[in-house]
Amino acid sequence: MTLAAFRRSDAPLPVLMTGASCLSVVVAIGGIPVRVNTASPDFLEMLKRRYAGFVSAEPHAEFDLDVNLSPPELGDPGAGVSVTHRSGRWLIEWGDLRAEWETASRRGTIHQTANPYSIDAVLRIVHTLVLARQGGFLLHSSSAIRNGKAFLFSGVSGAGKTTISRLAPSDATLLTDEISYVRREGNRYMAYGTPFAGELARAGENKCAPLSALFLLEKGLQNSIEPISPTEAIQRLLRNILFFAHDPELVKLVFQSACEFASLVPIHRLVFVPDQRVWDIIR
Amino acid sequence: MAEKYISRSSAIAARLLGGEMMVMSATDSTFFTLNEVATAIWQAADGRTPLSEIVAGKICQEFDVNREQAQRGADRFVDELSQHGILLVSDQPVMETDSSFSPESR
Repeated sequence: MTLAAFRRSDAPLPVLMTGASCLSVVVAIGGIPVRVNTASPDFLEMLKRRYAGFVSAEPHAEFDLDVNLSPPELGDPGAGVSVTHRSGRWLIEWGDLRAEWETASRRGTIHQTANPYSIDAVLRIVHTLVLARQGGFLLHSSSAIRNGKAFLFSGVSGAGKTTISRLAPSDATLLTDEISYVRREGNRYMAYGTPFAGELARAGENKCAPLSALFLLEKGLQNSIEPISPTEAIQRLLRNILFFAHDPELVKLVFQSACEFASLVPIHRLVFVPDQRVWDIIR
Repeated sequence: MAEKYISRSSAIAARLLGGEMMVMSATDSTFFTLNEVATAIWQAADGRTPLSEIVAGKICQEFDVNREQAQRGADRFVDELSQHGILLVSDQPVMETDSSFSPESR
C-alpha cells in the first residue's frame, strides 16, 4: 500500500470558479459520477477526449470538482503525492498541483496547470477515498471480462499486467491494463473498467462484471495456476492496493477490505509464458 | 530485571487467519504475520499480565519450548513490534487496554 509523505497546510484554497463561466463534464468511473467544472473550453475538450468512454450523458453527479487552471509554479518535481485530512477537508498536493476536497459538501477545488495528469491523479485519489469507506479499492492490476466473469491480474511493474492484456483473446473485454476498480456489492465483488491506462496507452471499456478471481502474476517457463496461502495473498494484495492518504482510520478500513476480499474471491499465483495459451487456463 | 507489561496499540489493524495473526501498523503500514507462538503472546498482551508470566504460564504450557528459550524469543518479538509502535511496553501494569482489538481479531 502506497503511503505518501505527510505534509500539512491549513490555508483554504481560493474559489475562483463562477457559475457564469462554468463548463462541466460528468465522468463516471466505477459507476460513481463526478462532475468536473472548468472555465476553460480547451481543458473541457481535453477531458471529454481523455475520458471519452466514461463521460455520462446524465447531469447527475455525486461529487463536484472545480478546476482552476494556473501557470506552472516551482513545485518540487520529485515530491511524492501528499494526501492529508484535517477538519473535514482532504488536501492533495503533488508538485504544482494543490487540491482540496470537502467530504461533507462532496465538493473539491483543484489548482493545477492545464495538463491531464493532475486531474487524473485527483480522480484516482478521490475514488480511493470514496471506495475505502465502501469496502472497495483501486488495485495495481490489469483486468478483463470473459464469458461474463471478471479477472484481475496483479503484480509489480514488469510482472506482466500489460503483456497479459495484449494476449487476451478477441472475446475478452479489457477493463484496464494498469489500474483496476473493485467495488463490493453484497457478498460479491465487481470489477469495473477504468480510463487509467498503462503501457497499452488505451483506456479500458466502461463495463463491469462479477469478479471471479485475482491472479498474482509471475513470468515462468510454463503456464500454471498455483495455490497461495491466505496470509501471503492478503499481504500481496495490500502491496498492490492504491492508497495515498496518511490516515490511520482509513488504513484500517483498507486492511479490513483486503481481508474481506480474500475471504470471498479466490486468489492464485499465475505463472505464465507470454503467449496466448495462458488464457486457456483462466476460467 | 524490571518486569515488562505489553499491550496492543490502537493504531493497528489485525486479523486472525488460519491460526496466524496478521498485524498491520495503521501509521506506517508495516505488515507482520505472526506464527502460532507469537500469536499466543499477542493475544495475551492485555497490559496487566507480566511478559514473564505469559511465557511461563502460556507459551511453555502450550508449546514444546523451554523457559529460557521462550523468554529470549518473546523479548525479541516484543522489541521488534514495539519499535514499530505495534506493541506498547511498560514497566507498570496498564489498566486500560485497547477496546478496538476484539472485533478485528476474530
